[in-house]
Amino acid sequence: MYFKKRLLILFFLLGLAIIFGLVKGAVNIPLADLLLKNNQAIFNLRLLRIAAAILVGSGMAVSGIALQAILRNPLAEPYLLGTSSGAGLAAVTAAILGLSRLYMPLAAFLGAMASIILVYNLARERGMIADKSLILSGVIVSVAFSSIIVFLVSLFGNEAMHEMNWWLWGSLQVYDYKLLLLVAIPVILGICGIYLFAQDLNAISIGEEDALHLGINTQVIKKILILITAIITASLICICGIIGFVGLIVPHMMRLVVGPNHKLLIPVTCLAASIFVVLCDLLSRTLFAPVEIPIGVITAIIGAPVFIILLKKGRRI
Amino acid sequence: MSALLEINNLSGGYYKEDVIKGVSLDVRGGDFLVIIGPNGSGKTTLLRLATRVLPLRKGDIFYKDENISAMDLKEFCRRVAFVSQDISTGFSFTVMELVLMGRIPHLKRLQFESKRDIEIATEKLSLTDCLSLKDKRIDELSAGERQRVIIARALAQEPELLFLDEPTSHLDIGHQIQTLDLLKRLNLRNNLTIVMILHDLNLAGAYANRIALFDKGVIFKEGIPEDVLTYQNIEAVYKTIVLVDKNPVTGKPNLLLVPGEK
Repeated sequence: MYFKKRLLILFFLLGLAIIFGLVKGAVNIPLADLLLKNNQAIFNLRLLRIAAAILVGSGMAVSGIALQAILRNPLAEPYLLGTSSGAGLAAVTAAILGLSRLYMPLAAFLGAMASIILVYNLARERGMIADKSLILSGVIVSVAFSSIIVFLVSLFGNEAMHEMNWWLWGSLQVYDYKLLLLVAIPVILGICGIYLFAQDLNAISIGEEDALHLGINTQVIKKILILITAIITASLICICGIIGFVGLIVPHMMRLVVGPNHKLLIPVTCLAASIFVVLCDLLSRTLFAPVEIPIGVITAIIGAPVFIILLKKGRRI
Repeated sequence: MSALLEINNLSGGYYKEDVIKGVSLDVRGGDFLVIIGPNGSGKTTLLRLATRVLPLRKGDIFYKDENISAMDLKEFCRRVAFVSQDISTGFSFTVMELVLMGRIPHLKRLQFESKRDIEIATEKLSLTDCLSLKDKRIDELSAGERQRVIIARALAQEPELLFLDEPTSHLDIGHQIQTLDLLKRLNLRNNLTIVMILHDLNLAGAYANRIALFDKGVIFKEGIPEDVLTYQNIEAVYKTIVLVDKNPVTGKPNLLLVPGEK
């Protein structure tokens, strides 16, 4: 009952956020006028952004939850495994080679997947994945790729690079609804997939060996979940670029509200993260309209202090 | 009587070296078997091999004539439960949530716990004297309280065979006796078979019907407490001089330590 009430409240808030997202913008259009024919284009564009925001919010946050449980590290986030820098490097390389913008998402997706495969194999030892080596190799690959990005940009920096900026800090400006649909499929399936493992995540977050004693095949489930989070993150990066902190702070805050039980945590966080990203996107396009601030900047500006407060205040996670 | 768990010429360990070197041991239904031995003698490794945490290098383990490596893992965990020394408290589940995890082997994927699962968890919590803690978060508990909660969770699995790795190491003497009494009661009344590692040799002597004394990865001596807990055996394995007496109340062997320095 308690749980259902909270879900209802969150649904209501998400509804409000969506309406706000539709009405507000560089120009404010009252709700009634939005459906008029001459506002159709704006309405569609905003609707696409909101859909992208919900997708990014729930996808990143649920991936974050899964990785935090698998690694038993509440500070884990989806980019930890090198996806962001891998995608960035691939996209920058594509831009330098003069590939058309059309191929950018594909390059980013492949880059992200390639870097996860690299990180995963670096961390593998005798067929087992140790948490610490996974985190460590993720960090190493990220740093290495990031430095190559800076190296390439400083050598070949030109107008083509300028375009990369939005990408490295994220944007929900999606022009192509087909691409959004294409990305929505793996993301939604991935989220559902992770929810199937909610019970296993509970046990694994207590301890790997402990989960094994409850009949959970930890090594296999870890591999499946790392793959799912990789696909979700890589898919999202290729349309929205890198949007930090969502996968980190929203799960954290929701754990304070509903506790660490993944059966409740995942749906609640899905909704809360969607609200968070829809509102952050709203800020990104209205704060200094008509100039749009990359959404990654907004999530970081809000996220960093919230995170510090959470870290200082409650050791409890 | 045929064995509930049959360990045949078992070897296994962590890196290249075997920690357990060719151990054979039968656990009979209804046993209260206590494993003793110095640090590093392979006690915990044996438990980890027997609960499928570590792969076997050599030998076999049969549960009711079924090779455990071939059993479905959840099926195995409905019969065999394990109580570790402690658990991580990184994520603060409530005591009730933690004990309900003991029902995982009985649940299908995505199946929520039923009323009956909650009843079982509640019953095990009251058995272990933890019912008043049920809404507390596990990181708020003392080490002793947490130990009893872990035992409650293992009982919620409703196993036939329960492994415990030093379950009393964090407990005061009151809770030590209370916990071991509870396990003995479950052993006698509910026919729960128990295999337990203990460091306290007197407690081992008081509760066990059989003791296995481990030394350097092999069983040095196995049998009833009176046969295993002799000063010769203890001195040979622990390199420590003890006096063996009888507990005047229980009649079980009672060991007295003799300090080297006075």
